[in-house]
Amino acid sequence: MRQDTIAVIWQNADFQIMTPIQPLPAASLGQNIATAKLEAVITSGECRVQIGGDWRLNERVPSWNRVIQNQMALNVRVVCDDLGKWDTSLVLFLVHGRAWCAASKKEFHAEALPENLQALLRQVPLNSAAKPATKEAVKPWELASNVAKKWSHHAQQSISFLGECTLGFMGVAKNPRRFRWLDCLVEMQKCWSSSLPMVSLVSFLVGVILAFQSAVQLQQFGAAIYVADLVGLSVVRELGPMMAAFIVAGGTGARFAAQIGNMKVDDEIDALETVGISSVNFLALPRLLAVTIMMPILALYANVLGVLGGMFVSATMLNIPASAYWIETQNRVGFSDVSSGLFKCLFFGLAVGLAGCLRGMKCERSAAGVGTATSSAVVTGIMLIVLADALFAVIYNVLGI
Amino acid sequence: MNNDSTAAVIEVKNLTCGYGETVVLQDVSFEVHAREVLFVIGGSGCGKSTLLRCLIGLLKPFHGDVAYFGKSFTAADTAQRRDILKTFGVLYQNNALWSYMTLAENISLPLDEHTSLSRADREEIVTLKLTEVGLAGSEDLYPSELSGGMQKRAALARALALDPAIVFFDEPSEGLDPIISREMDELILQVRENFGTTMVIVSHQLSSIFRLADRVIMLNHETKGIIAEGHPAELAATSTDPRVRDFLNPNNDLPKHTNENSAGDSKLISK
Repeated sequence: MRQDTIAVIWQNADFQIMTPIQPLPAASLGQNIATAKLEAVITSGECRVQIGGDWRLNERVPSWNRVIQNQMALNVRVVCDDLGKWDTSLVLFLVHGRAWCAASKKEFHAEALPENLQALLRQVPLNSAAKPATKEAVKPWELASNVAKKWSHHAQQSISFLGECTLGFMGVAKNPRRFRWLDCLVEMQKCWSSSLPMVSLVSFLVGVILAFQSAVQLQQFGAAIYVADLVGLSVVRELGPMMAAFIVAGGTGARFAAQIGNMKVDDEIDALETVGISSVNFLALPRLLAVTIMMPILALYANVLGVLGGMFVSATMLNIPASAYWIETQNRVGFSDVSSGLFKCLFFGLAVGLAGCLRGMKCERSAAGVGTATSSAVVTGIMLIVLADALFAVIYNVLGI
Repeated sequence: MNNDSTAAVIEVKNLTCGYGETVVLQDVSFEVHAREVLFVIGGSGCGKSTLLRCLIGLLKPFHGDVAYFGKSFTAADTAQRRDILKTFGVLYQNNALWSYMTLAENISLPLDEHTSLSRADREEIVTLKLTEVGLAGSEDLYPSELSGGMQKRAALARALALDPAIVFFDEPSEGLDPIISREMDELILQVRENFGTTMVIVSHQLSSIFRLADRVIMLNHETKGIIAEGHPAELAATSTDPRVRDFLNPNNDLPKHTNENSAGDSKLISK
């Protein structure tokens, strides 16, 4: 009888070929690392694979080739030898072995294993290596049609939401007592308090930056006093309203979308509808009105801070006294400049409110949906603001304002 | 309120509904009688919640009609729809209490919307409703300050705010411990006793089904319709359909699912 013994002690993800077996005491390693024992014994035309010790997933699963080595022509029988704790790593090892035997046309016997291990082994289909079919690549025209469908769906949603809001406001005009004035005031207050610090900082700095940049150029021609004109006009006509609108879009618009989206996820919007309350009237209209009213007020504030920023730079860098700067600003910036800037803001506010409420209402019913709705509200809001601003630039130009 | 116990308060005729292009339920017809506790049961994904959303008007059916007290809900105009909405209350699966309002505001909002009661009267009704569900004194709490069971009760109080003739429940005992779930069942029976309310309950909590149900209808996702209808105990005992028997008898052994791909025996010979 031929009897070869190949012993592999598998420990710490390292293979050591040793004869005979020397199980390493796990405790002596100073940490509780499980030691799996693995031994292949060739007896009477059969390869007996003895498994023992503790099998843990935090170690590498031993390679079947290393175990059997070059005893290729033999059937395999797996037996337990002092098997301690084991987990999926042992199952994985056995599955590999079974697949290896099937591939090299040999018999794989596992009857000697504990029944629960055998049951686990039976659950894994033999050809478990078969990977799920990869998804078919989407054809370009399908992609295009999907995108077109998505956009047309978005457009439909937006238009119907706009219609609902218009009808809602008409209803409010008929019956103002049904409007939720308190909600509107609360939203106005929140919008004001959350935007104020950012608007102050940003618009003051915009004034400073504008004055700084223009001063360098204008000083060369001895025309430093015109910094006041430049800063005054550009802040009051464009930058003040725009900066205020951006900040409100990022703060209040995002808050609307997150709040309403969350309500949608929690079925609170459904609950409103089944009580017979239109969610547009109840949630969207007070918020829309609030942000539309607050936007010009914040823009006016931004204008003041922007001019102050310019004044600060002139006074400290250009030696233009604040009083001279102020008189120059007053001479150049007229009422129509200020009012045209603030008038635009009504539409910026409406745009921010619509984007926030629409995205919130159409939010998908999941936590990820709320996130998408929020960021999409900000992006849509900013896009609408810039579009509206471009439109107003053309209109004001035509009207000669 | 209609006290004739045989009158149909809800009639569902040939209802077909679903999402997008997927049909979830096909040609479903049934009636709900006054003062009845009707359970809609069935395995996960069989269309219970879809049916409920159709009944309460959150989902437009593809075909068919839902009628309350003989008046069509599906074809109703805005004013009629409002009238019908007043006749039922809904208790949602995750309660759906308006999270930024106190309990008192939650309960008085439906009153505010549909009645011309004075403020003092509304406040009194709120106190009454909260007492009814065992939450007296929690008027000024926000929903997030309540435990799951208390939220459920508060949601029931809101559903009952307008004294509706019908209350819909979506999984009323989901996520509640056995005792609170039993208390919820008691509360449902008590409300029926006091107000003669008709209850339509979507659930798969067997204990509640056997304790409360006058009648169950069982939906199935393969037939996309009703596969059984009747008293739960009778169905459990006499139904010839294994799907119904297995659902209603928790001690029945399930049919063994054999894994066709499995290796079969641990002794594997491949030649």
